[in-house]
Amino acid sequence: MSGVRVLVGTRKGAFILTSDESRKMWEISEPQFAGHEMYHITGSPIDPNRLYASQTSDWFGQVMQRSDDGGKTWEVIGNEFAYDGVPGTHQWYDGTQHPWEFKRVWHLEPSLHDPDTVYAGVEDAALFKSTDAGTTWHELSGLREHPSGNLWAPGAGGMCLHTIIEDPTNPDRIFVAISAAGSFRTDDGGKTWTPINHGLVSPWELPDSDAEVGHCVHKLAMHPSKPNTLFMQKHWDVMRTDDAGANWVEISGNLPSDFGFPIAVHAHEPETVYVVPIKSDSEHFPPEGKLRVYRSRSGGNEWEALTNGLPQENCYHNVLRDAMAVDSLDSCGIYFGTTGGQVYASPDGGDTWLTIAADLPKVMSVEVQTLS
Amino acid sequence: MIRVILPAHLRTLARVDDREIALEGVVEPVTARTVVDAIEATYPMLKGTIRDHRTKERRPMVRFFACERDLSHDPIDDPLPEEVVTGKEPFWIVGAMSGG
Repeated sequence: MSGVRVLVGTRKGAFILTSDESRKMWEISEPQFAGHEMYHITGSPIDPNRLYASQTSDWFGQVMQRSDDGGKTWEVIGNEFAYDGVPGTHQWYDGTQHPWEFKRVWHLEPSLHDPDTVYAGVEDAALFKSTDAGTTWHELSGLREHPSGNLWAPGAGGMCLHTIIEDPTNPDRIFVAISAAGSFRTDDGGKTWTPINHGLVSPWELPDSDAEVGHCVHKLAMHPSKPNTLFMQKHWDVMRTDDAGANWVEISGNLPSDFGFPIAVHAHEPETVYVVPIKSDSEHFPPEGKLRVYRSRSGGNEWEALTNGLPQENCYHNVLRDAMAVDSLDSCGIYFGTTGGQVYASPDGGDTWLTIAADLPKVMSVEVQTLS
Repeated sequence: MIRVILPAHLRTLARVDDREIALEGVVEPVTARTVVDAIEATYPMLKGTIRDHRTKERRPMVRFFACERDLSHDPIDDPLPEEVVTGKEPFWIVGAMSGG
């Protein structure tokens, strides 16, 4: 019987939520890595028992964990993320130059092809790769060493590489996004990188509003059947590209706010997109206190509010950039977690929502595995 | 034998139940560096959690105490107090107090 496993990273530990394919009754695990900030937990797409987790602490630094049994047991793996050479400087909040310093792993992306290969997006922004199941990591330094690196700057959460998307049709092509540098693409397996930000406009954040780099991209999403189409939730604006990032167009349309963090694509409908608007860059909560997921079935511009089962008054939580995911069951499930510790699931593509966890710590990340 | 008290998070990582561990074979002279060397050799999962992998500098929010003194800012190669060397007193590794 098929089912789903939802991997939830929170400010104070990780939780694994499981259900059968009906996705109505849920079991919640005991906290794992209790007390630790779990930035991201995710599974290999080709070996669902292989999980990777980023555990981070201001006190004790970065710890990496791996499970080979679907999260029943975990093993500490390599945590040395050393930049190649002398890492140089990037722009600081005040416009001065600041040394590149490793702080934490924000996002893990297991390979589409090999369970022992996994990418890590880190703060300060860089991309690392392991080919031995996380025992050792090496930097794909062509990204950080891009000539524009000194113009990259931290967003409010730090200068993080938070999005890694592999092209399922071309193993040499990878997309990444960095806050606040923008989006980049490699076509040679990570040796060289091209900024792909043409069409982004950031008048409130950049002196040159359509600069090549410096944009605060919050998240990218792709449907595997259309690898040249990417959707973007930017600091402000929801965008799309249909030429692998060469050009972006705005698709915010009738959204009540085009500020937000996560963005996701339906598992079976490549033009069905989900965002969770919040009011503004300073008011990180839903407009009018109504928690609404917005769905576009036309690839953007026309959006409908999805509210059935979500709080429609006095809701002032946020949904962070890695805290929304979709399963691939026949009726696509959508999942997201809030900074208030709720995890919501929709087993019907967003039409109705269930609260599957109500009182967790602040949710940092949500991933889902579809199990057969 | 050197006695070391670990903070809760590091005990969890190292999978030790007692708050105090006993280290044998710490290289002499016994210093903060040689004690952490021995901790990392015995518990390799703690590499990078007490000090930086490469620079070997203590992480900013980790502190070293012993004999009711804060040794965090002493030179890393200074001999530790005799009470620590003889096992009469433990060497404390502490997460800095910073709220939350």
